[in-house]
Amino acid sequence: MLELHDLTKTFNPGTADAKLALDHLSLEVRDGDFISIIGANGAGKSTLFNAICGSFFTDVGNILLDGEDITMVPEHRRARVIGRLFQDPMRGSAPDMSIEENLALASGGRGWLGRVGRADRRAFRDRLALLGMGLEDRMRQPVGLLSGGQRQALTLLMATYRPPKVLLLDEHTAALDPGTAEKVLTLTRQIVAQDHLTCLMITHNMQSALELGNRTIMMHQGRVIYDVEGEERKSLTIRDLTDRFRTAAGRELNNDRMLLS
Amino acid sequence: MSLTDILSMSQTSLELGLVASLTVLALFLSYSMLNVCDLSTDGCYTLGAVVGAVVALSGHPWLSIPAAMGAGMLSGLVTAVLQTRMGVQSLLAGIVVNTGLYSVNMAISGNKAQLNLNKIPTVFSMAKDLLKDTPLGAYSKLLVLALAALLVILFLSFFLKTRLGLAIHATGSNADMVRSSSINPAFTTTVGLCISNSFTALSGCLMAQQQKSFDINIGSGMLTVALASLLIGGIFTARRSIPVRALGCVLGAFIFRMVYAIALRMNMPAFMLKAVSSAIVVLAISGPYLVAQGKLLRRRMAARRERGRFHA
Repeated sequence: MLELHDLTKTFNPGTADAKLALDHLSLEVRDGDFISIIGANGAGKSTLFNAICGSFFTDVGNILLDGEDITMVPEHRRARVIGRLFQDPMRGSAPDMSIEENLALASGGRGWLGRVGRADRRAFRDRLALLGMGLEDRMRQPVGLLSGGQRQALTLLMATYRPPKVLLLDEHTAALDPGTAEKVLTLTRQIVAQDHLTCLMITHNMQSALELGNRTIMMHQGRVIYDVEGEERKSLTIRDLTDRFRTAAGRELNNDRMLLS
Repeated sequence: MSLTDILSMSQTSLELGLVASLTVLALFLSYSMLNVCDLSTDGCYTLGAVVGAVVALSGHPWLSIPAAMGAGMLSGLVTAVLQTRMGVQSLLAGIVVNTGLYSVNMAISGNKAQLNLNKIPTVFSMAKDLLKDTPLGAYSKLLVLALAALLVILFLSFFLKTRLGLAIHATGSNADMVRSSSINPAFTTTVGLCISNSFTALSGCLMAQQQKSFDINIGSGMLTVALASLLIGGIFTARRSIPVRALGCVLGAFIFRMVYAIALRMNMPAFMLKAVSSAIVVLAISGPYLVAQGKLLRRRMAARRERGRFHA
């Protein structure tokens, strides 16, 4: 359903700082896939997400979503079908505005001059209650008052309010404390399962890379160097992954935040 | 200062404050909501004044209002297109438009630096005629201005609750989030600036007609004056609902005018107005910063005193 063909992106081309961030990368994501993405720092994981979202346009290659070529579609238009969460919980919501107003924008519809009505408010309440954080009773409060975990949970709700075709999770629990991270991850799993979302998740936690989802890819220097699923993936250990990396990349897998256990 | 002095002073302050409050409300939209400091404000205010004056001079005082607002909208559109579609930095876009508007304004006035509106009907003289035989006759000016401010406040209160209004607010708060809600921040910035500039121009239009004259320098320093009023109003209404904050803009404009009038009575020369407004803006913006620095300084001194205990 999401096809990436030959994606190539060079930053600062023609200068001493030129960096080939995506190197003729191709990947076919099937409907309902939940792919975990691992790789060392600078492997191009976030760059890949930026390319899919349209934060920049790639130099070469095509991106197809459900057969439609979205290579040159601007970011805000892709956002209708591609949801994204960042590591920074502050990036997904507007701090000066209330929870209700944030949800109103994320939920869409009603036309430009539409206002939040009683029915909307009830719907927001019900959805917020699912997070189990008591946010449904704080709908008029500015989002800036929420904790990082609460904001990330709200962002998750906003990104999936209208189920997107693809959900991109860029280490979205990495900045949270372990307990909150666990909670947000559980919510993610629930929502993904409930809406049958196709999902790509960057993680530095090797354990959850293998536990979550049905497929794992490893990136190195802007390319996919390992793509595993099914029976082979089930029997895989973290040790196997690091060995794999050494064979494919010719060096140790080191990521300063990588959790090997 | 006698009571009648104060009363007449506050009526003038109220009138001038209400005229200026329209520009303050414009900044409330562009500065507080959209987070754009629109440096074309001075020129746009003058544009509204000159367009309104010329249309009134041609014998259509009522038409002067939509004409001025339309011109303001156009000016806002240019500023917005420069910064959202042509890669000009936001502040620079405002300055460039402001400079260009001087020529535009001179061209509209027929290369005259002043226009006299003394002998022609204006919206105020028309309203006065309309209310001549009612008890409200003496307050016709005030009524016209209060009505204008009220309409703008009502509009903003309604508009900022709509999806478009929320998107404009969000653009100033977190543009990434707007994009991920499938809304183009370039679009919301454009709409916001068009609306805010139409209010700025309306403000200028009413000012020229209230003063019965247009001067090419009528708008000079308006941005700073309005910003000062906005920040004064914000002191009383921070973190409150949109309608309250919009009312705070009017209150701020009135307080500013009142303080200014009192200062004039105490023999402050009129040319000090701009310095006073600059000082208020600096004080309101850097005040919290300086307070924080003061705390830091105290902490540093305490740390220095404590140091002795460990190095004894």
